[in-house]
Amino acid sequence: MKIANKMTKAVDLVQEALEKVEKYKDYNIFTFVNAENALKKAAIIDAKIKKGEPVGRLAGVPYALKDNFLSPEGETTASAKILTGFTSPVTATSVKKLEDEGAIMIGRTNLDAFAHGSSTENSYFGVTKNAKDKTRVAGGSSGGSAVAVALDIVQFATGTDTGGSIRQPASFNGVFGLKPTYGAISRYGVVAMASSTDCVGFFTREASDLDLLMSITAGRDPKDQTTLPDFYESSEGDKKDFPGQRAGYDRALARDTRDDGLARRVSREVLSYRIGVIKDFKSDILDKKVKELSAKGFEIKEVSLPTLKYALAVYYVTVPAELSSNLSRHDGIRYGFRSKDANTLSDLYEHTRAEGFMPENKRRIMIGNFVLSSGFYDAYFMKAAKARTLIINEYEKAFRDVDFLLTPVSPNPAFKIGEKVNDPLAMYLEDVMSVPANLAGLPALAFPAGETDNGLPVGLQLLGPRRSDAELIKFAEENL
Amino acid sequence: MKITREDIDHLAELSNFSLEDAEKESLKGDLENIIQYISELSNLDTDGISPTFQVFEMENVWRDDEILAQDADRESLLALTKEEEDHQIKIPKVL
Repeated sequence: MKIANKMTKAVDLVQEALEKVEKYKDYNIFTFVNAENALKKAAIIDAKIKKGEPVGRLAGVPYALKDNFLSPEGETTASAKILTGFTSPVTATSVKKLEDEGAIMIGRTNLDAFAHGSSTENSYFGVTKNAKDKTRVAGGSSGGSAVAVALDIVQFATGTDTGGSIRQPASFNGVFGLKPTYGAISRYGVVAMASSTDCVGFFTREASDLDLLMSITAGRDPKDQTTLPDFYESSEGDKKDFPGQRAGYDRALARDTRDDGLARRVSREVLSYRIGVIKDFKSDILDKKVKELSAKGFEIKEVSLPTLKYALAVYYVTVPAELSSNLSRHDGIRYGFRSKDANTLSDLYEHTRAEGFMPENKRRIMIGNFVLSSGFYDAYFMKAAKARTLIINEYEKAFRDVDFLLTPVSPNPAFKIGEKVNDPLAMYLEDVMSVPANLAGLPALAFPAGETDNGLPVGLQLLGPRRSDAELIKFAEENL
Repeated sequence: MKITREDIDHLAELSNFSLEDAEKESLKGDLENIIQYISELSNLDTDGISPTFQVFEMENVWRDDEILAQDADRESLLALTKEEEDHQIKIPKVL
């Protein structure tokens, strides 16, 4: 990461990023550009450096913020009409931690409204275009953030991943994307989609930058009771303490202590990771990568997780159920858009929500209310919750035999804009390989793995047991 | 499972939004497809399996019963509403 110091001025870094924002305007990446504030903040950092005062680990680093993170800079809309006009008086914990280290937000990025989608086509602000081919989708829902990093406008961008919203756009645009262990980074101040699977994460062009960002943002937050106590230890620390040794983690120790929150990284002799591939989750690019890793001496094992074929159905029951509850707060009364066409209170609710939500938001809210409604609750919502247990158990079993699982991120590379927009189910099927990690709360790292014959980037993802985030990043740095 | 216009009206009511006729027609087809897909779950044997509603490993996260400092005060929150009078939010008549 290029950080401001005596040689590199923060103002220059920010200026350069703002020029690129202008240059790539036709990709429709940003919903808000933070030019004035960003330059002011950069000048303050430069003045500190000049005076020899301490600055943070991300001093002057320009970044892009997915527009579902609350902060007072620009309106937080989640790319939905119903939140237009909403400037948040509160700041998300993750944003605060980044800003405390001197990172500078250049702009807010486009997403599928409320993160409902896999293409960034379902946005009130229009479609974001793919970094490599403007006739194709950016992926989604964090499409704007992925493209901002792929086009080198910013050094990193934030994202949220409820069912693949970081990993799939990372794969479509050829960058790294990390969905951490559930609970690693505070969700406070992030527009809620599905509370049991939502994760904050990042896009970068280097795997090592993910380590720095995790060491800054992960950790317990009293404002989010589902944050894990400080489990993330940067691999940088190990390097300093144990020069010449490969940092790994003691698998036996991690397994013994995983459940009580005490799992810790320990340095040890070089160990050979065992990589699992999942039957039915295959692709040509995956085969090539497997051969590469095998040639490097890693043991490759095929594992079977038979319930994964139900994961997408589980996801499209559980997540709509949760989001239909989370979105019920948007009523047009306290903040955001309010319909002018209302004579009574119930009119106001109904018209504000009718005008303010995108069609995909409405579909998902209705599915959620269907699976929760009396008569269907047991057959759908409860059934999915039980299937989720089976999926979690199968992963736990697989991780007794292998250290990581390597799978494709999505069934195909970036598709044409408009290709799937009228077929919701086809769009959902995009998520078939990404949702299982969210259902089980596992960390998953998408990395660029190759290109199609016509030059489209294709990523793969590496999954590990809960709390293995640092190991995943370390492995990616060294071997991917 | 067949989805009827009445089902769509009922779900729209539960969802607290109104729908245009054209929207209802397209939602009927979309929801039918999606529900057919998620109905695959009935083929899975889950007898004796306990449900998972969340994957956070810890239970009973306690804190002291005290008011924490808030990022936003009353004024800044009230400033977010479209209609305010005398520190109160105005809404249309209830009935």
